Amino acid sequence: MHPFLVALVGGALIGLSASLLLLFNGRIAGISGIAGGLLSQRTRAELAWRITFLLGLVGGGFVLRLLWPQVLGAPVVTGPAWVAAAGLLVGFGTRLGNGCTSGHGVCGISRGARRSIAATLTFMATGAATVFLVRHVLGGES
Amino acid sequence: MSALWTAGVAGLLFAFGLGLGGMTDPARVQGFLDVTGSWNPTLAFVMGGALAVHAPLSWLIRRRKTPVLAPAFPNVSHTQLDRRLLGGAALFGVGWGLSGYCPGPVLVSLAGGTGTVLLFVASMFAGMWLFGWWERSRATAPQPQGDLSSS
Repeated sequence: MHPFLVALVGGALIGLSASLLLLFNGRIAGISGIAGGLLSQRTRAELAWRITFLLGLVGGGFVLRLLWPQVLGAPVVTGPAWVAAAGLLVGFGTRLGNGCTSGHGVCGISRGARRSIAATLTFMATGAATVFLVRHVLGGES
Repeated sequence: MSALWTAGVAGLLFAFGLGLGGMTDPARVQGFLDVTGSWNPTLAFVMGGALAVHAPLSWLIRRRKTPVLAPAFPNVSHTQLDRRLLGGAALFGVGWGLSGYCPGPVLVSLAGGTGTVLLFVASMFAGMWLFGWWERSRATAPQPQGDLSSS
């Protein structure tokens, strides 16, 4: 199957998952919001659905590892300081900006939210600028 | 069917979508962001596929009075483009570009079992925790006094 078609089907599954969560649970499938909610004070019911969703997400990774291990690509950055810095930026940034690729890029744009369109353009731009800097200015594969 | 089952199934499906879409391969994510180099446009089709399914379905779903297993749909009426939104998105983009990981794919990649992924996930949660701490400390910080010149 053509790689574009595989990507399209993968995207469709993401869209279907977000639709299920909205239809049944009345929730936005923004991963940073679901994960970040574990850390703020919440009721037991709030924690329970977040944990179950994330267990499904992590469990899905284990199923993929069994059926199609090559989709779990190797990390490109392995220097511990860089990995930790990137993780901190992703964690802090997604909470400050109220969302990530899934919450803004998929769910927000789907309902035509101006905030989400602006956020998506912003993180795509700084992501591209970072890759440009790392690959073409500093000249490494990072 | 309980709301926990539907949340779990949604999480599982989300992971399959990310894996199939190639979002769990950091080299491919960086290839997508490498617009001035060897640009790999495949991941645009992931977002395209997700929007093609979720945009019409979420529009239909929101025509219901309530979700099937919950009292109400989330309120997303906030429309302000502020510094927090754009600053947060900008910081996130730098971390995403550096590593090729965003929150969903890196959690799916925990199954790969590398120490790098584990360190990233731990740092990501630390960053989220740090944000909560920063916000609380701002909320309780003493307000600047009007006149301190005599002190």
